Amino acid sequence: MKFERYGIGIAKGMALTLKHLFRPPLTVQYPDEKLVVSKRIRGNELVWFPDRCTGCGTCTKACLQGNIILVTHRGEPNKFIVDKFELDSGRCIFCGLCVESCPYDALAMGLEYECAKYRRGETILDKDKLKLTDQHQPSAYYRPQFAAKLPKQSLLIYDKKDGGQKLNLFPLSKRKRGPGA
Amino acid sequence: MPIKTEPFYLNLGPQHPSTHGVFRLRVELDGEVIVNVEPIIGYLHRGIEKLAETRTYTQVIPLTDRLDYVASMTNNLAYCLSVEKLAGIKVPERAEYLRVIFSELMRLANHFLAIGAFLNDCGALATPLIYMWREREKIVDLCEMTCGQRLLFNYMRVGGVSQDVPEEFMPALKKFVAEMPKFIGEYEQLIKQNEIFLARTKGVGILPKETAINIGASGPVLRGSGVNWDIRKKDPYSIYERFDFEVPTGEVGDCYDRFWVRLREMRQSVRILEQAIVQIPAKGPTWADVPQFFRPPAGEAYGHIEAPKGNLGFYVVSDGSIAPYRVHIFPPSLINVTALADMAIGWKVADLIIIFGSIDVVLGEIDR
Amino acid sequence: MTLLDQFQKMLMTAGLPDWAAYLVPALVGIILIIAVSLTLVIIFIWWERRLLGRFQLRLGPNRCGPEGILQPVATGLKLLLKEDIVPAKADKILHFLAPIVVFVPVLMIFAVVPVSEGAILANLNIGIVYVIAISSISTIGIFMAAWGSSNKFALISGMRTVAQMVSYELPVVLSIVGVGLVTGSFSMLSIVQAQSIPFILLMPLGGVIFFLGCLAEMNRSPFDLLEADSEIVAGYHTEYSGMKFAMFFMGEYGVALAYSAVIATLFLGGWSGPLLPPVIWFLIKVVLVFSFTVWMRATLPRLRVDQLMAFAWKGLLPMAVINLVIIAIEVLVVPASMLWLMVILNFAFAAVLVLLWSRLFTLGGGRVEV
Repeated sequence: MKFERYGIGIAKGMALTLKHLFRPPLTVQYPDEKLVVSKRIRGNELVWFPDRCTGCGTCTKACLQGNIILVTHRGEPNKFIVDKFELDSGRCIFCGLCVESCPYDALAMGLEYECAKYRRGETILDKDKLKLTDQHQPSAYYRPQFAAKLPKQSLLIYDKKDGGQKLNLFPLSKRKRGPGA
Repeated sequence: MPIKTEPFYLNLGPQHPSTHGVFRLRVELDGEVIVNVEPIIGYLHRGIEKLAETRTYTQVIPLTDRLDYVASMTNNLAYCLSVEKLAGIKVPERAEYLRVIFSELMRLANHFLAIGAFLNDCGALATPLIYMWREREKIVDLCEMTCGQRLLFNYMRVGGVSQDVPEEFMPALKKFVAEMPKFIGEYEQLIKQNEIFLARTKGVGILPKETAINIGASGPVLRGSGVNWDIRKKDPYSIYERFDFEVPTGEVGDCYDRFWVRLREMRQSVRILEQAIVQIPAKGPTWADVPQFFRPPAGEAYGHIEAPKGNLGFYVVSDGSIAPYRVHIFPPSLINVTALADMAIGWKVADLIIIFGSIDVVLGEIDR
Repeated sequence: MTLLDQFQKMLMTAGLPDWAAYLVPALVGIILIIAVSLTLVIIFIWWERRLLGRFQLRLGPNRCGPEGILQPVATGLKLLLKEDIVPAKADKILHFLAPIVVFVPVLMIFAVVPVSEGAILANLNIGIVYVIAISSISTIGIFMAAWGSSNKFALISGMRTVAQMVSYELPVVLSIVGVGLVTGSFSMLSIVQAQSIPFILLMPLGGVIFFLGCLAEMNRSPFDLLEADSEIVAGYHTEYSGMKFAMFFMGEYGVALAYSAVIATLFLGGWSGPLLPPVIWFLIKVVLVFSFTVWMRATLPRLRVDQLMAFAWKGLLPMAVINLVIIAIEVLVVPASMLWLMVILNFAFAAVLVLLWSRLFTLGGGRVEV
């Protein structure tokens, strides 16, 4: 390896840094512009489908922390009626093993990643909070049937026009506050 | 008349801007020259080996993610290999190729972080770190597309991988692999012949060949000292015999050699990725037919892989039930860190940080 | 005749007694300088953070105020409201006085920097030597901070400080003597007026040596091992919080601004330029020099302390001495109308010297053959 002395190595490094000055920045102005997460995100705020759940308890056995509490009683012959289905999302590590193991597709991961709460008790999701609503949608992790409704992920390797992440060269700061930009 | 002197103890404490994690180093100094180095570990112990005794084989996989959190799929792979060896499970073809693709992507991601943090320790104010982080973000985006998480993936399973890649994965991977050599060339231009960097790292922290072998070092630390030992070639696992790649070695064993080995390994990883993209079967099962609570036969097995940091091994003992009887983890970073005393004595405080950065430890592995 | 001298004469003819006619322009000048320099320091903090961000592919601060211009103000307010922690075993007097001793000399440097034709506070005839003398006082302040903190990291950094600052004074002073030889005096006004060709072209080696020496005096990369973030946490200002830390912080950027102004005056031609008003040219040159230091900070790793000392004593000092001898011979030999000959000769000598001295660049600490 021939080393170049007398400062040429330093000059080459500085030339590269100067070249980066003319490349568009990578970071986005976060609360105003958000990147689109992948369709299979293992997010918070899980979704439970009570009409599909049979109370078998496979998810409770699959969770490695024991986060899921399931209380049932016998209804008609060969059926369980679910009284209580509680999931402690404060202790959850979002590994997705419960969603993988459910044989009836009754549990799905959520899409949220910005859900801080003020009290620890609010992190426990009971049957109301796990309900599917317009604002509370499931993610497509292990549930490809939900993938059609979700937007495409913004990847860094693609430019902005292909749904990627790159910004303009001189983005002006966004002063308006509010969801989306 | 002799002057009464006393040694000067400096505590590079658990909270320090550049120990890679909570690592405490008690250094005995004479002015600025190091006389003795004593690492104190245990600040990140979470009891993973004990927890694994009460979890089923599939539930241990998210626990193994948390060992080397920088390149977590390789930990999953090592554990799954050990259990497959124990139970005699055969992995389907497409799953093997996916495993190789993700292992090499993880190797790239780990080396980006290692080199970037190393340059940050040298003092180049986070600029090379951010350039490397941009490439790592691209890899993490690809992994997010597949398994939904960006850091702790929980993707490999005993008998394959948990799910198949989506259809936008392969075009994105091809674009990434096509752009990679240009970026590696740019980083070489930035830093490889920079005189200040050479003056800081060349000849500093030499680990001689015999010492490295005696300590049991592995990974770029061992290859930087000149020993040609890579488990992918010497004890091949998975389908690594089908790929054509080289194993770069250094000459002297100083910090520059370890950095240079990592940079060349990145190019070889790109080569393996290009071959894997061509060879992968277009369709096929990705997970062998393994039940959720499977019981392997009683016995023990040891499986090891060439993780980005070295030789990561898992020793699994089973007694026929649904949970392993004992899981022992052989972390490469712990063994490599025992070489720190040999490498650092006689140099200055500023060199200690650089030598420590060039070993590339992650505390999750050391403390488990 | 500086502008303040004319103001004083005007006041004396207007009827004020002598001492008042001397005092009022002085006070006006001092207040102007403190206000303008502190404002410029704040703007430079903003400029450095934005520029460093763009080098690193990110936006700098752009939330506080339009495009983030109020960010340093927010930083200052935050530091003002913080609790002032003094370590229990610290030497109280040293700990208290150190920020003052570091900060005040920085403001005093601005007294001799000419901003425009005749706009200077004090036209000393030893102008540039005054700058070097005053900036050496900050060294004592830094060592007081390091010693008075009773912290081992600070002590290591304090030891390095004294070594670095003292050794880099010498090449700086020798380059200045070269400038003084060509000009004929040390007064800053006459140095600018003598620059028909900017001195960076006339003595390139002297300019580069002065620039590197100033980088070391400013504690900026690649010589910033006094506050090496990754090694000794924060060096001499580890134990400082609140307004004292703010004084160190502003002092660091103030000295960067001051030395950029000095380099612009000595080597780039001060306020001279074709079209725009002189003040604008001066500001442009200062911002250029400062941006160049930010560019170096963004790219280069830092040197180790013994390599730093070797670079100063074995590298810069002999080159500065030889440069001085060459310039002295040329001033005697070359007639004043053929200055372009001096440019060519100096560039040739600079190339030869740099090539010769790079033989000195050994690697491996002597333990490894490269």
